[in-house]
Amino acid sequence: MKMTRAKRSKIIYNIVTFALVIGAFFILQSMIDAKTISRSLKGQLVPICCWIVMAVSLNLVIGISGELSLGHAGFMSVGAYTGAVISGVLVNLYGVQDTTLRLVIAIAAGGVMAGIVGALIGIPVLRLRGDYLAIVTLAFGEIIRNLVNVLYIGTGDGRVYSSILNKKLPEGVTMLVDGAKGAVKIKPISTFMAGFILILITLVVVLNLVNSRAGRAIKATRDNRIAAESMGVNVTKYKMMAFVTAAVLAGMAGALYGLNSSTVVPTQFTFNQSINVLVFVVLGGLGNILGSVISATALTVLPEVLRAFADYRMLVYAVVLILVMIFTNNPTIRAITSRLFAPLKSFFRRAAKYAPAVGGAVKELGGEEEGEEQKHE
Amino acid sequence: MIFLDNLINGLSLGSIYAIIALGYTMVYGIAKMLNFAHGDVIMVGAYIAFCALQYWGFPPVLAIVAAMAVCTALGVTIEGLAYRPLRQAASLAVLITAIGMSYLLQNTALMIWGANPKSFPRTFINGTTLRIGQLSVSSATIITILANIVIMIALTLFTAKTKMGKAMRCVSEDRGAAELMGINVNRTISVTFAIGSALAAIAGVLLCSSYPILQPTTGSMPGIKAFTAAVFGGIGSIPGAMLGGVLLGVIEIFGKAYISTELGDAIVFAVLIVVLLVKPSGLLGKQIREKV
Repeated sequence: MKMTRAKRSKIIYNIVTFALVIGAFFILQSMIDAKTISRSLKGQLVPICCWIVMAVSLNLVIGISGELSLGHAGFMSVGAYTGAVISGVLVNLYGVQDTTLRLVIAIAAGGVMAGIVGALIGIPVLRLRGDYLAIVTLAFGEIIRNLVNVLYIGTGDGRVYSSILNKKLPEGVTMLVDGAKGAVKIKPISTFMAGFILILITLVVVLNLVNSRAGRAIKATRDNRIAAESMGVNVTKYKMMAFVTAAVLAGMAGALYGLNSSTVVPTQFTFNQSINVLVFVVLGGLGNILGSVISATALTVLPEVLRAFADYRMLVYAVVLILVMIFTNNPTIRAITSRLFAPLKSFFRRAAKYAPAVGGAVKELGGEEEGEEQKHE
Repeated sequence: MIFLDNLINGLSLGSIYAIIALGYTMVYGIAKMLNFAHGDVIMVGAYIAFCALQYWGFPPVLAIVAAMAVCTALGVTIEGLAYRPLRQAASLAVLITAIGMSYLLQNTALMIWGANPKSFPRTFINGTTLRIGQLSVSSATIITILANIVIMIALTLFTAKTKMGKAMRCVSEDRGAAELMGINVNRTISVTFAIGSALAAIAGVLLCSSYPILQPTTGSMPGIKAFTAAVFGGIGSIPGAMLGGVLLGVIEIFGKAYISTELGDAIVFAVLIVVLLVKPSGLLGKQIREKV
């Protein structure tokens, strides 16, 4: 079978993505083994994995499916709470001590629960369009936060007690979720290995989805809803597919994140957190999966490295968000930047003539390189 | 008595939402964009009024005028610098820019005024309490409701009678045709932002007179709720914003009083979702057919 050029460059793009992630994992793992890794970076490893998964999954909704979701942190909190509760129940009621087994069950449960919530939200919400959809996802994120704020779950006497609003669980119950105090007394069991595997699962799922028949339908819906509909694409079904997949992945990331610390509080998953992930996605490039991975990593590590920068982080984020949007969407500025980059592009085109494989990869990465350049302006 | 008390509080809170919602609805109707930063303009207005009263020793009326002037300038600047370059861009790009702007305002306020909440000073607005029978009503409540009615009437007259108001209605109906008829679209949109931002300043002062805690995030929640109110009433419609705002305020206060204090916000957002599903164009909105 003869491969088209576009298809080949897609495959190369996927290989580059996986190679980068796997390579980074082995370097970091060997650094951990050799104990040359700094303490703060080691503490950041699992959160970085979580944010990568969050960014990639949100990119599926915003970049690929073209709908702005502002409640992604809500799914993360559903996953984090579910994971914490399941892990606690497994220990307290069933005496499961094996941490790996517990972690796997907790992450799976977090994903399933977030997926169910995502489906429940998606059915009504995905009928709406554009700005309305954005504001409703925001509203759902706030509702989820409000609800977990008054949620009480505990174990005792061989069963699970739960209540909403009412603090009065029976005496002697071990609290797992304690209202505004959040999920308490979690035993941290997340590992870097688990985070790495979760990233791989995410990449396999998302990249396969994007390059499949369903993915093409999703992108067609994004580019022109009416045209796609008239071609017989079931718009709601494919939008739903992207939305629920993203919710499941966010839930799994949430479970991993929750089980990485001893407490999870509702204020960790506010609207601000959703915006944080949005910044990762926009900076990495809408629709660019590898870009999301890189920007999520860089923007999680940077504030830790540059302490002084931490105070101004949100301010810089805001400015960067505005500038990137103006630079990538204003026709005049785009014309100017593309003229500036023209010599660079023609160089790559010439290179592509002599080395087709490499050229394809470079061409595919071209969009992202431009994004990187704009970041510095 | 408690019922009546809640009703009056609800009307007052709803009036604040309504004034904010007017800014959203006008901008959405004319520029077809969701100005996410509108809530933060409220916060800036409140801070300016606070500084004028506390540090610069302005009389209350002058402080409100100063806040309105600063917010008007701010609104027009934001529109010119951030939104105008994106006039032809996809709505997703504009919305993300607006979110960025909202964050920029919040974090700038954080750097200037700090994170510690400031207590808004007492003025003629919230200075006295009226007693009607067993009912005690703060003067802020009455002034808020009156201000809302005055603004509503003034805006309706403005859009119906003046040349600029007519231009606004034209632009909101069909931007291209309006441009062909010689209407300066950019100027019309700037004026819309100016009016919306001036109203935001008034809303900020009224909000902080009733709930006198001022911090950089003061504006974001009322902003989002006011947008909810605008959608509730039918976005793009001025009487709709008024009706939606007042209803939402009453629903919020009653929800907090009779269902649960902690779930107050959740109730408001649940109302938004139900409205959007049952009647996506809102209570007084027009259904627009999509053409290819």
